[in-house]
Amino acid sequence: MDINTKKLKKNAFRVTKNRYVTSSRVRVPGGYLKAEYLGKIQAIAEKYGNGHVNLTARQGFEIPGIPFEKIDEVNAALQDIIDGTGINQTGRERGEGYPASGTRNVSACVGNRVCPYACYDTTAFAQRIEKVIFPNDLHVKIVLTGCPNDCQKVRMGDIGIMGMTEPHLDPERCISCGACIKACRAKSVDALSKVRFRPERDTYKCIGCGVCVNACPNLAWTRSEKQYYRVTLLGRTGKKNPRMGVDFIKWADEDSIVQIIKNVYDYTAHYINPDSPDGKEHIGYIVDRTGTEEFLKWALKDVHLPDIAEVYTPLNWNGIEYAHNKYFGNQRYHADGTIVTDFSEK
Amino acid sequence: MGYIASQEQFDALFSKLKETYEIWAPKKFIGGGRFSNTDAVRYAVVTSPDEIEFSEKSDYSWKEAVFPPSETLFYFTENHTEETEGPAKKKLVFLRSCDLAAVKRTDQIYMKNGDPDYYYARRRGDMAFVMIGCRTSCRNGFCVSMGTNQSDNYDMSVDAEDGAFRIDCKRPEWDALLKAAGAKTADVVPRHVNENNVKVQIPENLSYKVGMSSMWDQYDSRCINCGRCNFVCPTCTCFTMQDVYYDANGKVGERRRVQASCMVDGYTDVAGGGSYRQKNGQRMRFKTLHKVLDFKERFGYQMCVGCGRCDDICPEYISFSNIINHLEEGMKEVADDER
Repeated sequence: MDINTKKLKKNAFRVTKNRYVTSSRVRVPGGYLKAEYLGKIQAIAEKYGNGHVNLTARQGFEIPGIPFEKIDEVNAALQDIIDGTGINQTGRERGEGYPASGTRNVSACVGNRVCPYACYDTTAFAQRIEKVIFPNDLHVKIVLTGCPNDCQKVRMGDIGIMGMTEPHLDPERCISCGACIKACRAKSVDALSKVRFRPERDTYKCIGCGVCVNACPNLAWTRSEKQYYRVTLLGRTGKKNPRMGVDFIKWADEDSIVQIIKNVYDYTAHYINPDSPDGKEHIGYIVDRTGTEEFLKWALKDVHLPDIAEVYTPLNWNGIEYAHNKYFGNQRYHADGTIVTDFSEK
Repeated sequence: MGYIASQEQFDALFSKLKETYEIWAPKKFIGGGRFSNTDAVRYAVVTSPDEIEFSEKSDYSWKEAVFPPSETLFYFTENHTEETEGPAKKKLVFLRSCDLAAVKRTDQIYMKNGDPDYYYARRRGDMAFVMIGCRTSCRNGFCVSMGTNQSDNYDMSVDAEDGAFRIDCKRPEWDALLKAAGAKTADVVPRHVNENNVKVQIPENLSYKVGMSSMWDQYDSRCINCGRCNFVCPTCTCFTMQDVYYDANGKVGERRRVQASCMVDGYTDVAGGGSYRQKNGQRMRFKTLHKVLDFKERFGYQMCVGCGRCDDICPEYISFSNIINHLEEGMKEVADDER
C-alpha cells in the first residue's frame, strides 16, 4: 500500500498504531453544532469505522477504525458536516474533506447563549476566527472562554480570549444592600469596597467578570455596551516546557484580537524553524528564540486598541521543566526512601 | 370617551401631554439586562411614544416614579439644612392594571397611615395615570385572583394594537387634545384578562399561627436573601435612612432615604447589636404574611396585587404564588397546635 502520510494528516486523518487503519478528525469550531450532525457522525462511524467515536480534548470527534481504502468515501460523507459546522474549506474541492489540520479547532465554552456568567457569544466569535485563520498548517491553538472563570482553560492555548464586561454603576439605583461587594469578595478579586454607603470599584483590581452585575438586585450595576476581552499568550502543554499563558492585554476589543491573531500567524510563518518535526513548533519556543520584543512588534502591528485597553509588560513565563525543575520538586525519592540521583547535573 | 387613534394622532397627543407632564413609562433598555446580550424593561422618563414598551411587562414596577430607589431629602452643614427641590413638573405614568391597583396600596401607606409623607406627596401630587391594557395574561401574574385585573380609576387607557391606539379617555381636557389630533371616536373598553395561568387561594382562616408551620423551613436554604422580590414589588414601601458625610469631619453631607428590603441582611438590626429574623425562611414568612394577612387586617383589603414580578425575577425560582397556595396546608399543620 502506498499512502502519502503528509497529505493524509493534512486531510485530517491520523496515522494510527494499527497498520492500514486511520481515524477521521471532525472538528467543531466553538464546540456548538446542530444535533443532526451527530447522526451523520454516527453514520460514518458505523459504516466505515468501528462503531465508536472519541470525544476529543478540543471539541472535536475522532472516528476511529477506518480502513485507508475508505478515505475517499468518508471524505464524501463528511461534506454535510463540514458545511454544517461552518468549516472554511478554501483550497480543497467539495467532497475531498478538510483542507488542513495544523491549526487546531478553535474551542470555546458554552458562552452567553447559555451561561449567566459569560460576557459574550463565544460560539459566534470562535466561528468568526475560524473563517479568518483556516485553512492553516501552523500548529496554533486558540481558545475562547466567556468570563474569567476560564472553564475552557484558555491559558493552555497559544492565544487565550477571556470575556470581560466593564461594569457601570448607576448610583441612583443603588440601595446599599452590599450584594455586589460580597459577591466580588467571595467569587472574584475583591475589587469593590463600600464608600459612603455605595460600592466603589478599584479599576486596577477589577477583572471585568460581571459578578457585581449578576449579584445586584436592582440593576444598579449594568454591563458596558461594548464587550471586552482579556488576551493571554503562549500557554502550552507538551514534553519540553509546559506553561500557562500570561496576561497580554486587558480590555481588548474583538477587532483588535482578530488582527493580533493574523499577526501572530505572520510572525510564526516567518520565524518557524524549518527543520521542526512535522513542521510543528509551538509559538512559545519561537518566541524563546526571537525574544519577546520581536514577537510583540509583529503581534501589535496595525492593532488599534480601545482607549481603555491595558497592555502588560514585561511578559514572563515560567512553567514546568521535567528534567531540571529548579523551583519546586527538585528532589525525588522512591517509595522506599532512596534518593533519585540526577547524573546530568554532575 | 373612547377613541381609535393612529400613530400620528397618538404622537400629537403625547407631545401635548409632554408640555405639562414628566412622562414615566416602561422602557426597554437594550443590553441593560443582568446577563450579557439581554435587555431590561423598567420605568424611566420617556420623551417620545416609541420609547414606551407596550408589549413586554416591566421587570421593575411603576413605584420608581414616586418612590425612587435612592432619594436625597436634604443637604446639611453644621447649623443649616437645605431641602432638595421637589419635582418641577407633574408626572404622568403609563402602567398596567395591577400597578394601578398598587397605587392605592402605596397611597395607603404613605398618605393615609398617619400624617402624609412629605417626600412621597411632593412626587405623587397631581400625578396622572394612563393604563396600558393587557390582551393576554403574563406568565406569573395572578391579578384575577387578587381582583386587580380590571381597573377604572385611570385618567386614560391605551391599548396599542396593530399600529393603532384604542383609547378610553376620562379627562375632558385630554378629550379636546384627542379631537384636535383627529382621533376617531369609538366604543372602547380597555383590554384586560379574565384568567391567568396562575391562580391563588388565600385561606379564609389564615392567621399568624401559620408562622409556626414547617412550610417556611425550605426557604432557609433555598432563598439567598437578595431582595429582588421586594425591589420589583409595586407595593413594597420600606425604606431606610442614610446620613452621608462628605468627608471625615462629619459636618457636611446629605440625608438620603433608600429602598429597603425585609429579605436583605440588616433590615432587622437594632441598637445593641440585636437582629431578628436571621433565617431566610422567617423573612419569607414575614413578607408573605405582610402581603396577604396583616395589611388586610389593618386596612381591609389585600396588599399583594398579583403582578407576579417577584416570581419573574427570583434567581432561585421561588414562587410567591406557590407559597400563598401552600398556606392552607400550613394552617392545617398548625390547626391542633395549642401554641
